[in-house]
Amino acid sequence: MPFDLISMLPEGMIRHLPVLIPVVPMLLSPIAAAMPNWRAAWAVVLAGIVFSGICAFGLIDLVFGGHAAAGLPLQEFAKITDADGTLIGVRYALGGWAPPLGIEFVVDKMNAPVLLLVTLIGTLATIFAMPTMVREIPVAKRSLFLSAYVLCVAGLLGVAVTGDAFNLFVFLEISSISTYVLVALGGNQDRRAFTAAFNYLIMGSIGATFYVIGIGFLYAATGTLNMADISARIPELADSRTIHAGFAFIVVGLALKAAVFPLHQWLPNAYAYSPNFVTVFLSATATKVAFYALVRLLFSVFTPELDFAQVMFTWVLAPLAAIAAITCSFQAVFQTDIKRMLAYSSVAQVGYMLLGLSLASELGLSAGLFHMFNHAMMKAALFMAVGGVALSLGSSQLRDFAGVARKAPWTLTALAIAALSLVGVPLTAGFLSKVALFKAALVEGWWWAVVVLAMSSVLAVLYVGRILEASFFRTPGPAQMNVKEAPIMLLVPLWILALANIYFGLDASFITTLTDGAASVAFPGVQP
Amino acid sequence: MSNEVLISLILILPLLVAGAVYIFNSIPDVREASTLAGAGGLFILCLIMASRVAAGQDVAFPGMDTNGFEVALGLSFHFKLEPLGAMFAVIASGLWILNSLYSIGYMRGNRERNQTRFYMCFGIAIFGAMGVAMSGNLFTLFVFYEVLTLSTYPLVAHKGDENARRGARIYLLTLLGTSIGLLLMGVVWTFAIAGSLDFVDGGLLAGKVGPWIGGVLLLLFAFGVGKAALMPFHFWLPNAMVAPTPVSALLHAVAVVKAGVFTILKVSVYIFGLDLLSALPMTEVILWVGCFTIVVASLIALTKDNLKARLAYSTVSQLSYVTVGAMLANTAGATGAGLQIAMHAMAKITLFMCAGAIYVATGKTEISQMRGLGQKMPIVFICFLIASLSIIGVPPLGGAWAKYELMQGAIDADRIYVVVVLIASTLLNVAYLLPIAILGLMPPNPGSVEVASFKRAGGAPALTVIPLAITATGCFVLFFGVNVISDFISPVFGVAP
Repeated sequence: MPFDLISMLPEGMIRHLPVLIPVVPMLLSPIAAAMPNWRAAWAVVLAGIVFSGICAFGLIDLVFGGHAAAGLPLQEFAKITDADGTLIGVRYALGGWAPPLGIEFVVDKMNAPVLLLVTLIGTLATIFAMPTMVREIPVAKRSLFLSAYVLCVAGLLGVAVTGDAFNLFVFLEISSISTYVLVALGGNQDRRAFTAAFNYLIMGSIGATFYVIGIGFLYAATGTLNMADISARIPELADSRTIHAGFAFIVVGLALKAAVFPLHQWLPNAYAYSPNFVTVFLSATATKVAFYALVRLLFSVFTPELDFAQVMFTWVLAPLAAIAAITCSFQAVFQTDIKRMLAYSSVAQVGYMLLGLSLASELGLSAGLFHMFNHAMMKAALFMAVGGVALSLGSSQLRDFAGVARKAPWTLTALAIAALSLVGVPLTAGFLSKVALFKAALVEGWWWAVVVLAMSSVLAVLYVGRILEASFFRTPGPAQMNVKEAPIMLLVPLWILALANIYFGLDASFITTLTDGAASVAFPGVQP
Repeated sequence: MSNEVLISLILILPLLVAGAVYIFNSIPDVREASTLAGAGGLFILCLIMASRVAAGQDVAFPGMDTNGFEVALGLSFHFKLEPLGAMFAVIASGLWILNSLYSIGYMRGNRERNQTRFYMCFGIAIFGAMGVAMSGNLFTLFVFYEVLTLSTYPLVAHKGDENARRGARIYLLTLLGTSIGLLLMGVVWTFAIAGSLDFVDGGLLAGKVGPWIGGVLLLLFAFGVGKAALMPFHFWLPNAMVAPTPVSALLHAVAVVKAGVFTILKVSVYIFGLDLLSALPMTEVILWVGCFTIVVASLIALTKDNLKARLAYSTVSQLSYVTVGAMLANTAGATGAGLQIAMHAMAKITLFMCAGAIYVATGKTEISQMRGLGQKMPIVFICFLIASLSIIGVPPLGGAWAKYELMQGAIDADRIYVVVVLIASTLLNVAYLLPIAILGLMPPNPGSVEVASFKRAGGAPALTVIPLAITATGCFVLFFGVNVISDFISPVFGVAP
């Protein structure tokens, strides 16, 4: 990794990096709620997420930097090293209580990139929040809104960083419950947000319950909640019905959170009716973190070599991924609301990632995660651009987007870049991750998966084409005359993401280093 | 000038033109002058590059031995010239000069809107064509192929009415759909099998694939390159005719479609290799499809009264000559395919320019209304006649050589039906092209007011007539200069026995 940020951090901070990441945003939540001035609350929240981002960069340095285990003040950590003694991960016991008694946070090559993703997107989304909140959230609720938001960030970061299966459930619920609130706040604009939030609440709670039931089974069988310990004991219990049941519950629960087809029904409405800022944030982080949790449980707690896991990969996840990639792309083509269209596209894209995962190979997992990062970049940019236009247009209906590119060329150009990335046009990030998926599938001999991805890409051309054609080539009507270029605070994060889509389309080595590292954690036996 | 600098300049210059066009948006004369200057400069650079290729230098960027600029996953950008690409670059850049002159006459004569966007997209499209021509591996080729598709979409939709949007939508969806749905699969599959995407003398896949996998790959490439307009993926081309005529002339007779058949030829020679190709049973199938396209597209062309539509179907038919030549998989066939790229480009751009000149002068688009128009614009119709004869393959015009080599290749390959198809196609060419020129040169119907119906009193603007006269002359020159081209490209096929 090129940056050597970690050596610049104060020693006390380095010692507690893993715990600082989720705790700082969490502590800021009540502070933000108490702030009478919402602008101050916004500044505090932004500062907190930026701080977490710095911590995440530090951790990336730590686990990818190839540091010898000595040399840094890491006394607090149990170190995970590879055969050469190079540090590849750290384990942090909360409050000094060593596991299995205490809760343990683990940072390795698999979750450090996820922490980076959440904090970076979180930072950009927070900047984006400022201008959109003014329009969409009543003054009295803005501080509370920010409080719920930063709590959600803390929950997601916690899910990513924890090494304890039950603690993961707790963080998952923290993020989910705050998400329901965030979605419901769209009710000021469109009252359908309330039903969307309620729907999400019911579905999300079922998912969380399934997960915790699964953890209960695992606990009953293994007597521990620490992921590493569970993982160590599962092989000898591979024939246990309890383990099998636990596995099934966990996969279903997390799949619901990650919007895996056909458990995605909550997603389109939640994305379509929540405030624009919430859509941006959720689309780029919430499903991604749930996907990470799925990967962590499937590969690092269970292993793909187990018979019952093999069945799950080949006969459940892979077909579902394929169906999602086709049917949801197809549904996206016929949507009349752009936010809903992009939401269906998200479910289809989750199918892509899942397809990579279900290959159960290092190459496939790396490709799936690669696509996860790229998808976060492109979808965040897309929703930002749509939100930016909706700010002055007051609608995200496709027919209302006629000719808006003439009024807001910068916003729409960024949208076009992200949209091309979504299709997978060369020179954009989306192209490379799609090629990576193709390649991984071909190595396994999954021709049908390549055909599915190709068909889905063609469908993506169709729905993306509808958006671009409406906004660039139709003649604007009187309703579009009021459309203005999005404010600068919105354009800056939007263009950062749009340019990132191009940059990582030209040189993706940064992301592939991260995702290859993540995949190597899942397949520890294979040397890259 | 080192080879690296040369290649970078060839890539950058068209983009600079696009930038200059944008900057001089409000000063049309400077804007057009910058296009012309850029095109002239590009042509000179391409000639220098071609002379170096002819001298046997390794023209590559970055150097010959490197893998190129790595992107990720082992994919890299690499530019490497070989004779076919150099020929394509010279043709495209040379015709860009003439076409730019012509565009000025046409766009001003027609008072078209959004001319700045028009010239900008043209520059970017030429950038794409140059990238395709100079690509040293399939990945680079694919990327620039898509640049070409995307940059020409606004040109097709230029008019902006419902009809133009519909045509442009079909254009974009067909080309993107085939390239992402089929070509990309072929590219990645090749990558998975061969571990690289470099263009290799003798064929990258040679000895690495069996008849089945090789056959499927060939299908993916042949139909994935939608720009080669093999049936049933030909319909984008007639639909693209909603574009202004200069676009149809340079892009849909030269740069875009030739990028398609150039890709086919290049994949045949450097990815499959002629040996492997001749061993694959699937090659025969593609050959049939090519023959079918040649005949059926010609038959459809007969039924079209709209001049540009007829020319479009003629292009579909003529493009398949190149595919057929490549699928014959022998030296004569492939040489014929290479020659056809050059000869057809020169003749077809003339025909389209004539169609545009007629439209600017009279507003007429239907062939049946053109009787007697040649009385007032004889040069245009005589050039149309010359170019028609070149397409038909009458000596002393360039097209004759391409057809001759193709027939030679068909006989060498023992495919007599291809010879029959080529003869039938020649007769069909006569039937759908000659009547147009003859109709135009006939005296007008007595008592008809047709001749009085010129929009412009002076006939076509000089700027539209001069370029087409030059390209019509070019058809003669190519007949006598054919040795230069065939000697230039012969090393490409020399590796095949």
